[in-house]
Amino acid sequence: MIKLESLSKQFGDTVVLDGIDLAIEKGEIVVIIGPSGTGKSTLLRCLNFLEQPTSGTMTVGDLTVDVNRASRSDILSMRRRTAFVFQNYALFANKTALQNIAERLLVVDKWPKEKAYKRAREILQQIGLADKADAYPAAMSGGQQQRVGIGRAMATGAEVILFDEPTSSLDPEWVEEVLGLMKQLAAERQTMMVVTHEMSFARDVADRVIFIDGGRIVEQGPPSEIFYHPQDPRTKDFLKKILATNPV
Amino acid sequence: MDVLNVEYMVGLIPVLLGYLPLTLKLAGTGMVLALILSCLLAVVRVLAIPVVNQLTILFISFFRGTPLLVQLFLFYYGLPQLFSSLTVIDGITATIMGLTMHFSAYMAESIRAAITGVDRSQTEAALSIGMTNGQMMRRIVLPQATRVALPTLMNYFIDMIKATSLAFTLGVTELMGATQKEAAGSFLYFEAFIVAAVIYWIVVEMLSKLQHYLEIRLNKAYSR
Repeated sequence: MIKLESLSKQFGDTVVLDGIDLAIEKGEIVVIIGPSGTGKSTLLRCLNFLEQPTSGTMTVGDLTVDVNRASRSDILSMRRRTAFVFQNYALFANKTALQNIAERLLVVDKWPKEKAYKRAREILQQIGLADKADAYPAAMSGGQQQRVGIGRAMATGAEVILFDEPTSSLDPEWVEEVLGLMKQLAAERQTMMVVTHEMSFARDVADRVIFIDGGRIVEQGPPSEIFYHPQDPRTKDFLKKILATNPV
Repeated sequence: MDVLNVEYMVGLIPVLLGYLPLTLKLAGTGMVLALILSCLLAVVRVLAIPVVNQLTILFISFFRGTPLLVQLFLFYYGLPQLFSSLTVIDGITATIMGLTMHFSAYMAESIRAAITGVDRSQTEAALSIGMTNGQMMRRIVLPQATRVALPTLMNYFIDMIKATSLAFTLGVTELMGATQKEAAGSFLYFEAFIVAAVIYWIVVEMLSKLQHYLEIRLNKAYSR
């Protein structure tokens, strides 16, 4: 239900994504790992059209877009089928937790107010922040803000939620509550693509781990294979380094 | 030094206050129009819309680069000469036009700075949930930019209230024009202008209080 074909992205002369081919099933939990600056975040950002890919085609659900021919409305439709969770939460500072979550339903989906807020309250309940409905982002902890960020993504009802290093900006004390919420979503078989350095999350939750280096998929497979029997020397080297600092 | 004629001053207060509504009308109308125009100019600048952007830069450059009095004279005396259908343009209209254009040029730059100051990750987040550029501007960017721009915009409003006094040069009898006439009749220039000055001062002080109140309200979302 998500299909990328020879997706490429260049910034000037620098090739960041070098012909990515990838298919992801509905309900699949995919974790993307790899060294910094190898295009993991760019891949997610391209899917949400926060970056304009240089070439290739993307399919999400029943929408297929040749990125070079994407019209304004194709871009909007693609964005509405994919939801994004940002490293730095990126909550709307002028809106409360409840309003952050309801915004998509009110403005994009044009739901009546009552229905939108009812749904937003259900989501607040799910993310364990029912008591923070009227709190503004500035008055919430990093962990709470990121959970609202995830709640905002859940409200979109998008086919896939893209997580771009969702715990990298958090103080260690808040990491677990965010990972816990992500595990809860995974258990509900919400399709997810997660870029993270949390190797234990990848091992425990992912259906598939993808190792990216130099803008290409080097190796992919179930966590048991990637973590315990990596084939490519680059994967081995990366895992050795990261597991030394982040033991699984 | 002669003693001030206090009795004259007290008697003058209600007379001059009678002209305050016109002063406030000039400034109030000018401010509303200038806000609308400056928001449009700022959005054009931020989105860098081709051609319109260049025209906007020229507009801002001209209205910031020339004295308000010159602009008022251009509108009042110049326009009817160019467009024969406008045999006369009344002083009030010319003043409002001048104030609007002059101040919108300044305000556009403050608003532009406030817009570009809104955290980029929030604009990305707005786009990521599928908002159009217009929805993003209206719902996320402009409300936050307003908060940042408010103190500066209030300063321009205060400045505009005082600038309405130039309308008397176009024959508009607002607060300043009325004071001038009263003083010319009584020869008590000092008394008359002191009363006028204090009236302007009190109005501005009241606005400063309003500004303070608005700032507290708009900061509500940002306090812990």
